[in-house]
Amino acid sequence: MKEKWWKPWLLLSPSLTAVFLLLVVPVCFVVVYSFWLRSPVGQDIPAFQFGNYAKFFADFFYPSILISTIRVALETVFLCLLMGYIPAYFFYKTESPFKPALMILVMLPFWISFIIRTLSWVNILGDSGLINHMLIKLGLISEPFAMLYNEGAVIMGLLQYLLPFMILNIYVSLDGIDKSLVEAAKSLGSTEWQAFREVTLPLSLPGVSAGCLLVFVLTCGTYLPPMILGGPGNEMIANLIFKRVIGTLDWPFGSAISSILLLLLVMIVYTYNRYMGISQIFKALSKE
Amino acid sequence: MEKELNQRLDDVYEGVKEGQISRRDFVKYLTLSGVAIGLTGGPFGLMREALAAKSIRFDGWGGTVSEAFRKHAFEPFTKATGIKVIDGEFGNADSYLTRVKASYPPGGEYNLAHLSGVFDYKRYVDLGFDVVLDESKIPNLKNVMPAIMEPYRKITNGKLSAVPYDYGLTTIAYNSKHISDDKAKKLGAALLWDKDLKGKLGSWTDWRTNIWYAALKTGQNPNDIKDLKAVWNALKEQRSLIKKYWASGAEQMSLLANEEVYASIVWSGRVKTLQNQGHTHLKLLIPDGAFSWQECIFVMKGSDLEVASKLLNYMLEPECAFAVARGQSYPSSLDPTKVKTPDDVSSLPGFDKTGTLKGYLFADPGYWNSKQIDWAEKWDRIMAGK
Repeated sequence: MKEKWWKPWLLLSPSLTAVFLLLVVPVCFVVVYSFWLRSPVGQDIPAFQFGNYAKFFADFFYPSILISTIRVALETVFLCLLMGYIPAYFFYKTESPFKPALMILVMLPFWISFIIRTLSWVNILGDSGLINHMLIKLGLISEPFAMLYNEGAVIMGLLQYLLPFMILNIYVSLDGIDKSLVEAAKSLGSTEWQAFREVTLPLSLPGVSAGCLLVFVLTCGTYLPPMILGGPGNEMIANLIFKRVIGTLDWPFGSAISSILLLLLVMIVYTYNRYMGISQIFKALSKE
Repeated sequence: MEKELNQRLDDVYEGVKEGQISRRDFVKYLTLSGVAIGLTGGPFGLMREALAAKSIRFDGWGGTVSEAFRKHAFEPFTKATGIKVIDGEFGNADSYLTRVKASYPPGGEYNLAHLSGVFDYKRYVDLGFDVVLDESKIPNLKNVMPAIMEPYRKITNGKLSAVPYDYGLTTIAYNSKHISDDKAKKLGAALLWDKDLKGKLGSWTDWRTNIWYAALKTGQNPNDIKDLKAVWNALKEQRSLIKKYWASGAEQMSLLANEEVYASIVWSGRVKTLQNQGHTHLKLLIPDGAFSWQECIFVMKGSDLEVASKLLNYMLEPECAFAVARGQSYPSSLDPTKVKTPDDVSSLPGFDKTGTLKGYLFADPGYWNSKQIDWAEKWDRIMAGK
């Protein structure tokens, strides 16, 4: 029977059109803009020159913000992993009838606007916020403890945003592990800890790495937590892009910074895909 | 129209339930209705409504300011004329200009905007978004202070592409529970450099305002800064004292109301709003050379000038202008020597009873706009501590 080769393409065409129009075309615009010039009054002048890229690397200011963004992203990944593995493991192990309800709790933050969630930390961590208020009332401190408008607050804001992504990725990976393998290990004399270390943990690593990649990429492009919860000096690369594009109407330079960030992330994702396979990330979104 | 389509969709759904329509037809009608609703509603709807003859789009600063315009100007105007005002908001003037620039044709999606500062008027004119208003169609313009119109006329060769609407100050607020009135008055702009307030000072992310106050701190004319190095050094020194550079009016109010900061750069009207809400310990400090600004309602190229003029004239009616002034806590542009100003408006921060605006220091648009790229980038570096 002659295979109808065009059928899959026909079915994929709405998605491909959407991806092309909403992702590929805008990214191409950004890259093209990065070679343009900005006139003193804010008009964009078509050109092909590398001045915007040269400006980025002309001194250490812009690269230093990129480096601090990567540092914050790595810190966030580490904390998300630390705090995300345990609940994911619990979901995997538990036989509780409340498991679906507990899973919904992980998703619950997504039901509230990200801005509201981020702003709510101001009322929790602020000088007159919930924690300081309680500590002062209890007589444990006399002056408010500075918890807001610093890097710690930014990472806290990122954690509450990104932790569900990590938990779900790890859980999906754990859920795919045949539980009889753990039983087999134990029947061969492994302790609970040894079975976890030798069987469960290695088999869950694809989910761990997928979660790490997702959290890292999302952190690098995040904008709100540093703006709302950060203090002077806590801005990240996305805030810088915002300032160049919005503040000074310098779209070409803002596009150049965006392109540099994009290139960096593409390199990271490419490396990840080469060694781990990108498909693991999609499993978390469409549990097999 | 959207209602009709929804009704038709409901009818079709009833039909399929009752077996009168096949599933295939149902899916067909559903798709067609969805496309129609999509095109008439949502963002397309907003654009369509903005372009419709009997409606006009207005974009403002959001929060209490937009609320004042909506309640005291747009709703009564719609009631009186039947012309709908589509009310949009923006967080800051720069992001709005970006949206205008990105619209197609540039500026075409937008009609009226509440712009701050003559420098913003000049930016829009420089980008070619201006129109020439027929002043005979805005008779209430005769009641506006000539002094507030003059800077706009200078930029557009004696013509206007906007009507000046209000004015105010970007100045300093302090918490009198923690800072005495004497100390605030004695220090003036230097209060923002007071080492005793380390970690309890706030400022705006705006490059222009920070450089302006650093110029005052270093004893210079903000519109003609000679020793720029001293300004940068002052800002670097101040950065270590600042707890937060706020990015919006709401954030500014939250910082002061929650006592996260005891002194900050502020917009005078927002502090008045806080005082009205019971934060009477928050006081305004207006040092010599405080940053004064005047706001206008700018008419964008491509707008229906008949409708725009009608709305502008309505907004300049004393009753409307004073109600908006009360609502947003900024004095109206109406000349107090020509129109009797109510007491609650004349008591607003920065009100000028002479109607001449003499003694107010406004940013020179040519000077500041020419420095924008270099100074904004330098300011970003200082703010980032680099």
